[in-house]
Amino acid sequence: MIEITFRHKKFEVKENMTARDALQKIGIDPESVLITVNGKLVTDDVILRAGDVVKLVAVVSGGSAIAR
Amino acid sequence: MRHHKLALCAPHYGEWFVVSTQRAIEKYKMFTRAERVLVAVSGGKDSLALWDVLTRLGYATDGLYVGLGIQGELAYSDQSLARIREFQAQHVPDATLHIVDVQETYGKTIPEIARASSRGHGKPCSACGLTKRYVMNRLAAERGYAALATGHNLDDEAAVLMQNTLHWQTGYLARQAPVLEAGEGLARKVKPFCRFYERETAAYAMVRDINYVYDECPHAVGNLTNFYKTLLNQLEAQSPGAKLQFYTQFLKARRAGFFDAPSSDQIALRVCDVCGQPTTAPGRCAFCRMWDVAAPPNDALELGNALSAQDAWTAASARVAENMDLSDL
Ligand code: SF4
Ligand SMILES: [Zn+2]
Repeated sequence: MIEITFRHKKFEVKENMTARDALQKIGIDPESVLITVNGKLVTDDVILRAGDVVKLVAVVSGGSAIAR
Repeated sequence: MRHHKLALCAPHYGEWFVVSTQRAIEKYKMFTRAERVLVAVSGGKDSLALWDVLTRLGYATDGLYVGLGIQGELAYSDQSLARIREFQAQHVPDATLHIVDVQETYGKTIPEIARASSRGHGKPCSACGLTKRYVMNRLAAERGYAALATGHNLDDEAAVLMQNTLHWQTGYLARQAPVLEAGEGLARKVKPFCRFYERETAAYAMVRDINYVYDECPHAVGNLTNFYKTLLNQLEAQSPGAKLQFYTQFLKARRAGFFDAPSSDQIALRVCDVCGQPTTAPGRCAFCRMWDVAAPPNDALELGNALSAQDAWTAASARVAENMDLSDL
């Protein structure tokens, strides 16, 4: 199992699937996050392996309608 | 496909991002290295990334932060200013940061004015937007900056475009562009990041170790722009590139004249009786009207509302001057 952390929440997915598939499994829009594996930014076609530490970073702007 | 750019290693991704920004600046003739640019910063990833990139490209930039007095559990405004100062010390130590704190300058925070005036149906966003636009334009125009640059990204632009299209807001469509030319009392407004996906600006901030405010403004919860962003992301997932195409094809149609709104262009701009800023309405501008409604019943404001905004501005300018060289602190 691989643990994915996003905003203080934790999800578990099976290993050896792509990050994109993993996001789909846990219901997160891949366009709305950046994926880091072991602290490094990766693309969503990367395959998650046992032992990987996966963290998601939300990309939505700070809500400021004018000065983003 | 664009998302493959994220596959570049960190230094190359950063380079690609900087070069692409320069290309957009040239493509839309935004500004030159001989001109001074004012970057509106909120503490979020886009505006800080923008200030960073323009500085690396050798443009003469200063920053402007408008303190909104929005706190909540997250101490949102305090956190924003702290991030900006930290960023400035690390990434743009030679630039000036202008700070206009709304409460110090005009006597109330944004949530307070919103409550006191009739704008916005209980949400502060309308009062907030009006105030930010006013302060930013005024500072940029009066201090002689060639352009006011904001960090709007492709997702922002596409969401606004969708909203305006669904309501056929032809006036807004006519004015949605990477560059809005200057006018009498109006600063030129530019959006150098308008072709970057939101993920791309976030990735740039990450590879550059920019510590930005991750949390959204507490009032952004459930706002329409985020709703349209979600819809567009669903479209993008089905059809990669859809957001970029939606936006760039609109710009093409706009250039071809499909959205010319002669009536809105021909609206004569007048000068506000109170503050002298451009306005379409006779008498006071929307900003001065709102602040009057929101003003506390103190003598100066009751006797001569004509004084209030102007005096506040003078006081603010003095404070801005004091804060001028934060880099020296
Ligand atoms: S969400 Fe509303 S109140 Fe918050 S910064 Fe944006 S416009 Fe202002
Ligand atoms: Zn006015």
